[in-house]
Amino acid sequence: MRFMTFVTSAHSASPTPELIEAMHKLRDREIKAGRMLDDGGLTPLAAGAQVRIAKGELSVIDGPFVEAKEVVGGYAIFDLRNKEEAVALAVEFMQLHKDFMPDWEGTCEVRAFAGP
Amino acid sequence: MTVADAHRAILAVWRIEQPRLITRLARMLRDAPLAEELTQEALLAALERWPDSGVPTAPGAWLMATARRRALDHLRRRRMLQRKHAMVAQDMEAEQQTMPDLDSALDDDIGDELLRLIFTACHPRLPRQARAALALRMICGLTTKEIAKAFLLPEATIAQRIARAKRTLAESGLAYETPRGKALAERLSSVLEVVYLIFNEGYAATRGEDWLRPQLCSEALRMGRVLTAVAPHEPEAHGLLALMELNASRAAARTDAEGELVLLADQNRALWDQLQIRRGLQALGRARQLGGARGSYALQAAIVACHAQAKTAADTDWPGIAGLYAELAAVVHSPVVALNRAVAVGMADGPDVGLAMVEELMGEPALKAYHLLPSVRGDLLQKLGRYNEARAEFEAAAALTGNHREQNLLRRRAAQAAEAATPP
Repeated sequence: MRFMTFVTSAHSASPTPELIEAMHKLRDREIKAGRMLDDGGLTPLAAGAQVRIAKGELSVIDGPFVEAKEVVGGYAIFDLRNKEEAVALAVEFMQLHKDFMPDWEGTCEVRAFAGP
Repeated sequence: MTVADAHRAILAVWRIEQPRLITRLARMLRDAPLAEELTQEALLAALERWPDSGVPTAPGAWLMATARRRALDHLRRRRMLQRKHAMVAQDMEAEQQTMPDLDSALDDDIGDELLRLIFTACHPRLPRQARAALALRMICGLTTKEIAKAFLLPEATIAQRIARAKRTLAESGLAYETPRGKALAERLSSVLEVVYLIFNEGYAATRGEDWLRPQLCSEALRMGRVLTAVAPHEPEAHGLLALMELNASRAAARTDAEGELVLLADQNRALWDQLQIRRGLQALGRARQLGGARGSYALQAAIVACHAQAKTAADTDWPGIAGLYAELAAVVHSPVVALNRAVAVGMADGPDVGLAMVEELMGEPALKAYHLLPSVRGDLLQKLGRYNEARAEFEAAAALTGNHREQNLLRRRAAQAAEAATPP
């Protein structure tokens, strides 16, 4: 089964060097274990844009984005046996944040790919 | 949470830690099969404790401590027998004193040790089926029950295979060794063969109701990815991975809603998995970079890559595929390869040319019971308008295959040929 995990957070501070290092090691282990197929980190929303439909109007919002909303910071795609494995990996990933960036808050969403 | 849910969650955590557990223990005990047993014991301990205590914050450290304690017991028992082990045990006790830090788990580079385990599980001295079962257990962390289910065999049969294989390894002093030099190439090919065997049993099941057993494909793919990570300079490891990724990319399109087989030409190419195709092409590129373009797996992957890159069946580069098969036939002297080559030549140069090549294979003893020989012959005869002969070939093919879904397909084709043979 294929899963995508992505992290959302309202935190704008960049991860600490310790957290980055720990995440790299976890990533390395997951690639070597044949479980991680792809991943990527995303730059802040300020460097991106939103194309939105609201009240029947389509608009392009190119910033500035003032509201401290939860934004997606990165994603990973895994090939796993079941949801339990995906959750276990997400727990491990989030524990790293807890250990190496104690004031950080956010959510790691675990989603299975649709399809056969 | 039900008990079954809790068990699945614990099994998931254990599986993530299993490679590190088994490699560490193997290094301590100098015995890979024993290490594997102790990691299973650690799992049992977790299944016993965690439902009440909850999953610990650092489950890896807990499992490692538990498994180490058992390893230590083992070594203590053997201490009087062998001084060497006593010394290892002392080292371990010293190691046991230091509390594991949180990140030590991620600091371990287990690559070399994992490669040694893979070589041990796939030792050419073991029967092929035993190698497959042992690899699924030691490398993928599957339980005997799961392996039995995947191969549609009784659990006792698999348990026996594994036990016998472990005994063979122990008795021949092969429980912990690393091949070097010339032996390495031979051993690597044994590993690749086992991984491909597991993949194929999932990709085109020789027995049973279903055509695909996706779990076996996934396990083989994961093993292939592990191999390219721990043996990154071996071109054929990348070639095999490319072949498996590219073949697996078509999995969703290979059966219809009823589970019946769909032939390549009729598949909905929108269902092909583009991420997997990309990964496959990448691995093939890596194999070529390493100078392995003419390796047998890389050549087969190159053939599948031609299909993967064709937007429609009509766009398929059949002359290119026929050329690759000619190269492959020069490397691998196999009648099966020759048969596949005939199919490609039939598409590139016309069914009569392909049929002539198939006729040459008719007396081949290795193909005597191979259902794809009459199946290919039937297809070529059908294209040449020789419907009665085609029908007989499809019927013969259906009688030879043990897979239910494949039988259905071949019978459908026989019926189509019969219909075409009858003038309206």
